[in-house]
Amino acid sequence: MGVDFLVGMANLMHIQLTLEPELKLLYRINAQSWKDINVDVNHKVESRLKLKFLELELKLLHCVKAHSWKNTEILTANVTRAVETIALLLVTMVMMLPTPSSSCSSSVVSLSQNPKSIRFDSFSRSVSNHMMEVCNCIEPQWPADELLMKYQYISDFFIAVAYFSIPLELIYFVKKSAVFPYRWVLVQFGAFIVLCGATHLINLWTFTTHSRTVALVMTTAKVLTAVVSCATALMLVHIIPDLLSVKTRELFLKNKAAELDREMGLIRTQEETGRHVRMLTHEIRSTLDRHTILKTTLVELGRTLALEECALWMPTRTGLELQLSYTLRQQHPVEYTVPIQLPVINQVFGTSRAVKISPNSPVARLRPVSGKYLLGEVVAVRVPLLHLSNFQINDWPELSTKRYALMVLMLPSDSARQWHVHELELVEVVADQVAVALSHAAILEESMRARDLLMEQNVALDIARREAETAIRARNDFLAVMNHEMRTPMHAIIALSSLLQETELTPEQRLMVETVLKSSSLLATLMNDVLDLSRLEDGSLQLELGTFNLHTLFREVLNLIKPIAVVKKLPITLNLAPDLPEFVVGDEKRLMQIILNIVGNAVKFSKQGCISVTALVTKSDNRAPPDFFVVQTGSHFYLRVKVKDLGAGINPQDIPKLFTKFAQTQSLATRSSGGSGLGLAISKRFVNLMEGNIWIESEGVGKGCTAIFDVKLGISNESKQSGIPKVPANPQHVNFAGLKVLVMDENGVSRMVTKGLLVHLGCEVTTVSSTEECLRVVSHEHRVVFMDVCTPGVENYQIALCIHEKFTKRHQRPLLVALTGNTDKSTKEKCMSFGLDGVLLKPVSLDNMRNVLSDLLEHRVLYEAM
Amino acid sequence: MDALVAQLQMQYRNYTVSLYQQGFLDDQFTELKKLQDDASPDFVAEVLSLFFEDCVKLIGNMARALDQTGTVDFSQVGASVHQLKGSSSSVGAKRVKGLCITFKEYCEANNYEGCVRCLQQVDIEFKALQTKLQDMFNLEKQIIQAGGKVPQVDIN
Repeated sequence: MGVDFLVGMANLMHIQLTLEPELKLLYRINAQSWKDINVDVNHKVESRLKLKFLELELKLLHCVKAHSWKNTEILTANVTRAVETIALLLVTMVMMLPTPSSSCSSSVVSLSQNPKSIRFDSFSRSVSNHMMEVCNCIEPQWPADELLMKYQYISDFFIAVAYFSIPLELIYFVKKSAVFPYRWVLVQFGAFIVLCGATHLINLWTFTTHSRTVALVMTTAKVLTAVVSCATALMLVHIIPDLLSVKTRELFLKNKAAELDREMGLIRTQEETGRHVRMLTHEIRSTLDRHTILKTTLVELGRTLALEECALWMPTRTGLELQLSYTLRQQHPVEYTVPIQLPVINQVFGTSRAVKISPNSPVARLRPVSGKYLLGEVVAVRVPLLHLSNFQINDWPELSTKRYALMVLMLPSDSARQWHVHELELVEVVADQVAVALSHAAILEESMRARDLLMEQNVALDIARREAETAIRARNDFLAVMNHEMRTPMHAIIALSSLLQETELTPEQRLMVETVLKSSSLLATLMNDVLDLSRLEDGSLQLELGTFNLHTLFREVLNLIKPIAVVKKLPITLNLAPDLPEFVVGDEKRLMQIILNIVGNAVKFSKQGCISVTALVTKSDNRAPPDFFVVQTGSHFYLRVKVKDLGAGINPQDIPKLFTKFAQTQSLATRSSGGSGLGLAISKRFVNLMEGNIWIESEGVGKGCTAIFDVKLGISNESKQSGIPKVPANPQHVNFAGLKVLVMDENGVSRMVTKGLLVHLGCEVTTVSSTEECLRVVSHEHRVVFMDVCTPGVENYQIALCIHEKFTKRHQRPLLVALTGNTDKSTKEKCMSFGLDGVLLKPVSLDNMRNVLSDLLEHRVLYEAM
Repeated sequence: MDALVAQLQMQYRNYTVSLYQQGFLDDQFTELKKLQDDASPDFVAEVLSLFFEDCVKLIGNMARALDQTGTVDFSQVGASVHQLKGSSSSVGAKRVKGLCITFKEYCEANNYEGCVRCLQQVDIEFKALQTKLQDMFNLEKQIIQAGGKVPQVDIN
């Protein structure tokens, strides 16, 4: 029913669109009447109609007055139309009434049938009457319609104001906010509201009679409002879901942001932790001093974690207690120990993680509780103390051998802080780092200590070495001084005694002088021995190598010993092996010294029996001491000399002592003999220098002993020349100028030839033809005497003896050379036995003579031994 | 003159070499030659003359000893021979020396015939040597007179 009415209304509107505002008013009235159909209808309608008709009448009158026929016509038309409309309206109203009265309906019908014939006032009256009649069914009239009007007026005004202010607010706040995606929606909305407001505002003027302009404006406003509101309504259908979704998206983003914030916070905490650990590690590792390490650890931990107290308990030496070693806040921690076997401590030591412990445990109670009610949480962690011995090659130290220190960390009291996981991790990491740093410090301490020790030892060794050097130098100086200072008087004594011996002496005097000579010689020998030995020990003695005749050497030695042996009636035999080389390279003097010493000892310590000296070339399969290898190299050989005697013998136990200095077996037999006891020691040294070995074998006391030594000698490359004892390789042109020589030869020709030879060599030659003449002529001026000994039947050798007798002093006797036609061995030996210094085969060539002469004069020493 | 000198020298050289080759002289003679210098320019001649005198004397002795009827004193002969041997060996008279050695053996063996024979040989030899050496010395003189020098003869 409503819709039809609205449609009807719309039709009417359409038809009457150009009507004057009065009609509009009518419509409005009707609309209102429809709303308030039960209330106030009659009154309103009547009053309105009345007013309206009055107005229309007036207007008509005006028009009539103004002689405006056209207007009058229009107006009349309008009125007519209005009347028609009203009639229609009334009809409809009546129809719509619940119980329409008959009178109303009849009048309405009449009206509808004949609208044009109605007169204004009668119509109006009738309408109003009808209306009154109709509206009797409806509830009665309003008495105070001006009050209501007034209220409506005010309300409209406020509505308008509100409607205008809302968009302003919107605009203001949108301008303020930077982001709003649907600005144009707002504009639209604002426009809608503004227009509504305008409509309401304009409505204020329509309460009273108003001009057409107002009605027009009103219409425009309403139309616009309608348009905009419809548009807005349509638009909102699209927008509201979007807006809502924006809201959800906003919520989602906020959630996400919160989540990311949380994660950020986490990462930041971790990074903080990491940074702290790095810094701590750096601080800890930057020093190798134990105390600094521990102190720094506590300080840094305290700073990083904002701890109230941080303490380190170290195990004592006994390992049974933990002692409070370091604290953070307290400057001088009291000597405070805690037994190590507490359950809480065991718990902490049992795991490598940081363990939360009760603040009331003994390790955590560091300061007297000063009335704080809520103690901060305490965490303890073990710090392994690693020793050098703990480090195996393959794996980490065993758990059982570890010693631990305890680190206790306390959060500030009266704070709601709790130990977070990352903080605990930090503490564990720090504990490990501290362990490593401590072990490094321990290693460093060890190495420093070892180095100090080594330095001390070095210093001590250096001092000892210098002392030894000083001692050696002192001894050498002493020996040098002794050598020189003691020898000089010695020489004087010997020389002068010898000279004294030459003079005329009584037998007693001669005996005395001889004793003096003997004693001084002995003393000189002793000094030489001592000097030699010291030089030998120094290692400064060098062998003087030269080529010499080995056979000759042995014979010389024997000749030297023979007198004493003869006196003691000890026959000496010499056995030279047939393969013994004749010419060898070695230190002749020292070798002779050795042999002399050994043979001398044999003679000295034998009372009876014979002494045998054997010399042979030793091969590797001969018996030798086990620690001595005999190797026969190409140009060398080992000479073995055995001296066997049947004398006193030596106790086998004493044998090792024999070669030591100054040691002598003290037996009655030996006490009488002289000697310093150095002989064997020196011999041993010489033998060692010659890369040989010396030892003594004895069956026992009284059974004699055998002394054996091996020495290394070189084989001389020189070929042997028969008959001539010494032929030098390169004959030097020695000037024999003025050499006084005596030639004894019975054969005149030979004599002349020999003389010519010697003269050619520059000698001053005297010739004699007989032995008697020779003996007569020979003087100390003659350096060499050449005697022909090949005349048969005449013993010319005797002359050699005579000459020997004549010249008792060695340095005056001339050298004796035999000139003979044959040089077989017997002749040579004969010559040698008669004390001749050389043998020459006739005829002598010039070179031969030259060589022999130079040899003789050069090696006079050699021939002296003969 | 030079050609003459050269010729003479050549002659001398050949002659000396022949003497050696024929066994009249040996190395000792060379040695003897060496001893001759400015201090003793006639050394060789002196020695040789002494030798020849000795030879004469000794041979005379030996002859006398061997001529004795009855027992021959071989020791005396031996002594003389020994002396001769010594002398000849001193001057380098090779053949004479050789004969003396043989002679000495005969003497020791008391071989009269042998001794006599040897004596004769010795006599012949020594005379021959004397002649030869005389020739050599004459050649030397000629060379010197010609103005040349007596060459040193190398006997190899």
